[in-house]
Amino acid sequence: MIAMRGQAIDTVAELFEDDPRVAVVLAEISVDRFNPVFAHDPARAVNVGIMEQTMVGVAAGYALEGFHPVIHTITPFVAERALEQLKLDFGHQQLGVLVITVGGSYDYGSEGPTHHSPGDVQALFTIPATEILVPGAAAEADRLVRATYANGHLTYLRTQLVTNREPRDVEFGRLLVERRGTRATVVAVGPMLDRTLDATAGMDVTVLYATTVSPFDAETLNRELAGDDVIVVEPFYAGTLAGVLSEALGDRPVRLHAVGVPRAMIRDYGTPEQLDHVLGLDGAGIRRQIASAIG
Amino acid sequence: MGTLTLDRDEIVRLAALATGDEKHEASSYSTLDALLVLYGHILRVDPEDPAWEQRDRFILSKGHGPAAYYAVLCWRGFFPEHWLPTFTRQGSRLGSHPDRLLVPGVEASTGSLGHGLPLAVGVALALRAKGADQRVVVLTGDAELNEGSNWEAIMLAPQLQLGNLTLLVIDNGSSTIDLVPIHERLAVFGWHAEQVDGRDHAALEAALSARHDQPAAVVATVRTTP
Repeated sequence: MIAMRGQAIDTVAELFEDDPRVAVVLAEISVDRFNPVFAHDPARAVNVGIMEQTMVGVAAGYALEGFHPVIHTITPFVAERALEQLKLDFGHQQLGVLVITVGGSYDYGSEGPTHHSPGDVQALFTIPATEILVPGAAAEADRLVRATYANGHLTYLRTQLVTNREPRDVEFGRLLVERRGTRATVVAVGPMLDRTLDATAGMDVTVLYATTVSPFDAETLNRELAGDDVIVVEPFYAGTLAGVLSEALGDRPVRLHAVGVPRAMIRDYGTPEQLDHVLGLDGAGIRRQIASAIG
Repeated sequence: MGTLTLDRDEIVRLAALATGDEKHEASSYSTLDALLVLYGHILRVDPEDPAWEQRDRFILSKGHGPAAYYAVLCWRGFFPEHWLPTFTRQGSRLGSHPDRLLVPGVEASTGSLGHGLPLAVGVALALRAKGADQRVVVLTGDAELNEGSNWEAIMLAPQLQLGNLTLLVIDNGSSTIDLVPIHERLAVFGWHAEQVDGRDHAALEAALSARHDQPAAVVATVRTTP
């Protein structure tokens, strides 16, 4: 959580100082980390207390007045609890906001299902035209925040504790080609990249890297497509990206396989890495599932 | 402002054009008098330039039953009268809930209860950040106050000392949960709150004109057809 969240907040603080149209609305979480923002201009920064619905509504009020609001809290408290506020206060009003969440999927491994949110991205997909960003490293979060904070769209950026070893030169809306092969195409999403590369070592497959999952880069996917199988390795519920991938692939006759979080309440505890292992999402688990998918 | 004659009969006629109701039904719309006073005597708006930066902001949080709202906007010249009979028809700009992208003069698209007040708090903060002295008025129903999101914002606004925010509650006695006296409950949370007769134009004008250091709440009670 520290690396990606910390970087995203630092970037927002920098933008806040440079751009008088940035406003920050918080609901108690990470307030200390935003100290520089409150110190710089308290008129554009507010902590509303433990009120996620109001955090979203207040941010939309700033947006109605021409500001670029940024909101932030723990994933399920905004993506699920305040989903209708995101849908109506931003989607329906056609206003822009940058939502930065901390603790994606089961990062809060010891906290249980109340703090888990492997369904966040699927929930956000129900709001038309939402931009969904899944960086895999701190520097990627920095780039994606800068690219989107003022673009007038509802943009959702989820940060996770686990990051990849080396950041990539990611670009908003683009897939990157990590490796080219012939037997199958593997799409690794955000923090799943390193373990997917480890898992596919020695396999003759193409590996693409996605940090923007909405809008999805259909052009690169279709250009780089290898073999008859597409396997997506996603850090949220398995199948979350099935819809966008299916749409991106059009009528191409490929088999789509999803490797992600199993759809069951997680009642075990531990570090994210321990839960990765339990849920089959460590390198060995991913390798097993990809091998099974492509026979 | 303050120079317009409040022509209640004209608003009733326009509202009835939208709904197809008889005029005596239109006359009973609970928001009609408060909206007439707001748009006739209180809010600084420019129908020629709906996005005029110096305008006061009005958010109809209780988005349903907007015929009186559309009638008042039409009366002020935000859109032509021939729009009204298209109300809720396919191809119309005037739905059962107002859409800011479709109707000039509408600040916020509403309809799902409990969204307008948090939005208004954000607008009030944003205006303060701009150093602007315009005000924000948000209208809710009494039953709408059942929604918890309102109470989040009711707790928050006094703490932020939003003197540029006015909450206008149209209390037509429709809340299943007994909230009366609403103004006293709001006062406990730190609002400058008062109750007026929601059909009394002079009382509405006096209450809605006043500015205070704290956010203001005007509970307009509407129990009978005028």
